[in-house]
Amino acid sequence: MRKKKIIVLDADGVRRTVTRIAYEILEKNKGIDNLAIVGIRARGAPLAERIVDIIEGIEKKRPLIGILDITLYRDDLSAIGEKPVVHSTEIPFNVDDKTVVLIDDVLYTGRTIRSALDAIVDFGRPKSIQLAVLVDRGHRELPIRPDYVGKEVSTKGNEVVVVRIKEVDGIDEVTIEEKTS
Amino acid sequence: MKTILIKNGRVIDPGSNLDRIADILIVDGVVKEIKKNIVKKPSYEAIDARKKIVTPGFIDMHTHLREPGREDEETILTGTKAACKGGFTSVVCMANTDPPIDDVGIVRLIFRCAEEAGFAKVYPVGAVSKGLKGEELAEIGDLYRAGIVAVSDDGMPVTNSEIMRRALEYTNMFDIPVISHCEDRFLCERGVMNEGYTSTRLGLEGIPSVSEVIMVARNIILAEYTKGRVHIAHVSTAESVNLIRDAKKRKVKVTAETAPHYFTLTDELVESFDTNLRVNPPLRSKEDLSAIVEGLKDGTIDVIATDHAPHTKAEKEVEFDAAPTGMIGLEIALGLILTQLIEKSHLTLPKAISKITLNPSSILKIKGGIIKLGEMADITIFDPEFEWECNPNEFESKSKNTPFKGWKMKGRVEYVIVSGRIVLKDGKIIV
Amino acid sequence: MRKKLHRKDLLGLEDISAEEIELILNTAVSLKEISERPIKKVPTLRGKTIVNLFLEPSTRTSSSFDLAAKRLSADTVTVSSSSSSILKGETLLDTARNLEAMRIDAAVVRHSSAGAAHFLAQRLKASVINAGDGSHEHPTQGLLDMLTIREKLKRLENINVLIVGDIAHSRVARSNIFGLKKMGANVSICAPPTFIPYYIERLGVKIFYNLNEALPHADVINVLRIQLERQGKELFPSIREYKELYRITKDRLQLAKSDVLIMHPGPINRGVELDPDVADGISSVILEQVTNGLAIRMAILYLLITHK
Repeated sequence: MRKKKIIVLDADGVRRTVTRIAYEILEKNKGIDNLAIVGIRARGAPLAERIVDIIEGIEKKRPLIGILDITLYRDDLSAIGEKPVVHSTEIPFNVDDKTVVLIDDVLYTGRTIRSALDAIVDFGRPKSIQLAVLVDRGHRELPIRPDYVGKEVSTKGNEVVVVRIKEVDGIDEVTIEEKTS
Repeated sequence: MKTILIKNGRVIDPGSNLDRIADILIVDGVVKEIKKNIVKKPSYEAIDARKKIVTPGFIDMHTHLREPGREDEETILTGTKAACKGGFTSVVCMANTDPPIDDVGIVRLIFRCAEEAGFAKVYPVGAVSKGLKGEELAEIGDLYRAGIVAVSDDGMPVTNSEIMRRALEYTNMFDIPVISHCEDRFLCERGVMNEGYTSTRLGLEGIPSVSEVIMVARNIILAEYTKGRVHIAHVSTAESVNLIRDAKKRKVKVTAETAPHYFTLTDELVESFDTNLRVNPPLRSKEDLSAIVEGLKDGTIDVIATDHAPHTKAEKEVEFDAAPTGMIGLEIALGLILTQLIEKSHLTLPKAISKITLNPSSILKIKGGIIKLGEMADITIFDPEFEWECNPNEFESKSKNTPFKGWKMKGRVEYVIVSGRIVLKDGKIIV
Repeated sequence: MRKKLHRKDLLGLEDISAEEIELILNTAVSLKEISERPIKKVPTLRGKTIVNLFLEPSTRTSSSFDLAAKRLSADTVTVSSSSSSILKGETLLDTARNLEAMRIDAAVVRHSSAGAAHFLAQRLKASVINAGDGSHEHPTQGLLDMLTIREKLKRLENINVLIVGDIAHSRVARSNIFGLKKMGANVSICAPPTFIPYYIERLGVKIFYNLNEALPHADVINVLRIQLERQGKELFPSIREYKELYRITKDRLQLAKSDVLIMHPGPINRGVELDPDVADGISSVILEQVTNGLAIRMAILYLLITHK
């Protein structure tokens, strides 16, 4: 059980933040040549979709898009035999020499991104890999830093950042919630 | 020899139509008195049998003692100890030893080993055919004079009808039965379990019930024609029961036995692939089981025999179809009779007891099976209410191959007296 | 979301739930993509050891399991009957004890005796995967057949599957029947009566002796390999006669639906149970079965092998 505490971003806030990230990606990479946007399941995938839509609106051209399921690369596959459900990975392009921008909802320990980096390089040798996250909540356990951050949120031990995305959760919002048990 | 006084037991002796509380006095190994209130003298060994049942010593007319040949599975010593633990004062051992009992030398060896062991009495069954090959008759007359009580090729059923016919004719002059393991070997060549829904589910080759029924029918027909005596071993199918029932009505000299597992277990259990459930004939269907119980009730099946078939752990701990057939039974027969037949009100206690005392003794014409004044005392005393859990590690038998491990049983054998000597006291073998 | 198989071992499809089958099929769908990558390997089972114990000849299933394990980065050892100490008289019990002593994580077992996988499962801490036990079950074959049907026809419910061949001695038939019935498909079988075990109708299958009568209803025809060594024994008189009565030919296929799927567990006796032009024709999904077999076996290994 969790108790809702603070709303960090509401639906409008999420929309504005995603838009800003899309602009930053375009600006930093000077257009969409060789650019591939790859969302990490579950919530990174719809975010990637939105970013690609925004970029297409600006550039009138759609960058490459893919979806990554990092389950098979996790370092915490459960000891009790209860396994995360594996969903498909869809990288319908050659990643060699591409600039791959990984999209995820929350950056926390960095372990998901470590898995995603391993997964991506199994598809080839990108020119570079960048990382965009909606929320960075700190407490990194690996030397990983994001290139694009929607919002930095500092949390205490008993707090969690919860991102809800319309396509997955029916609503767009980012909240800080307290663990009660 | 010490004088023994059994006090206040419920004496059930179907052979003398006795079922009442009485005392039994045994002097010099012989039953001296059966009556109420025999006065105890200090020199007597007194057995308090209150709330206990006193019966003639049980007779198991189908046992595999494995000696000579497979002493790693069982010996005459361990097998007769197991018999006493189970309340049996006599066991009839089958001919399929190695070498088989087709020679008087083997008969004498068995008698000598049994005497040295000093537990249950052993009555050998001779082979029908030399080497159990089903080709030429063994020297049955010689074997008879040496002391065999029946002939049988047991696990190697006599396929050749001519040999079976001649065996039935020949044994007629000694008035001993031909015990027949009924199985058409062509019909069950590859089979490892009963053919039915379970074998279909499990993909195990089936042994159809008709493979038994065909041979039961043939043997009845031959017995009727030759006027010989046939005893159908371990009946497992409903149709066999029907054939035997009809034959008895026609006064064919046919008798029959079944084993406790055929009135207790069905083929569905094989889905566990427990090799202890691999027996021959195989465990059959629920319908067969009910028919077996009916056969026991109406007397079609005269005898309950264990078909005690010891196999080592190594032999049984293999793939199901690689395992040898058989399970041990001497030390659980009473428990299964009490829980499966008496408790479920299929049989009365006297009737059940007749199937392990009077009936086998009269089929085989051996002593015992009755408590008779002036006769050697073979007596079993058991507590019918005692509850216990089956733990094969506590068995006297050398082999532990039973699927009943962990089963709740009833009835503990407390005393066994063989020829007037106490060999089991308070449930323990006296060495 | 987390889900699991409620078991240590995969021994058959008779005692597995529809939800578990669904989970295995869905996981296999997700894993198919790995085999299309330039680097066909994920690190999921790194450091895990899987023994492929093939005590009966098999190339197809054994290599499929081996490849599945390798694509998940597990280490594998294949022990086949020709190389094994079984030939030197080692019992299955000793084999089990040796495997346990080697601290393996899973054993894939093919054996000619029904129940052999159960035997090992009862004695090993490791997961045991039945790769075919006698005429009993071949669960991964049943699963890959279902995956192939679902992929092509988008569902399993109410699909009419016809299995043709020696049902009595077929583990493929049993696993298919158990699995398909659980998923709501209709199953018919067609064979001479000597190939049809008694009481099989209790499993909810419809029996045909005449192939021409059975064909029109089928959405899928699963053709079993005929075991040539049974010819001339009591079960059927000759291959010639079997071919006359039960071979799937192009002509016979005219009686079936135009979009019927032809499946075969392999290896095919070409021209015996199945004509080459049918095996290689447009209705055939036999190679898809092989591809899906790999994905199913990867899914099973992923779902069963626990991380300690």
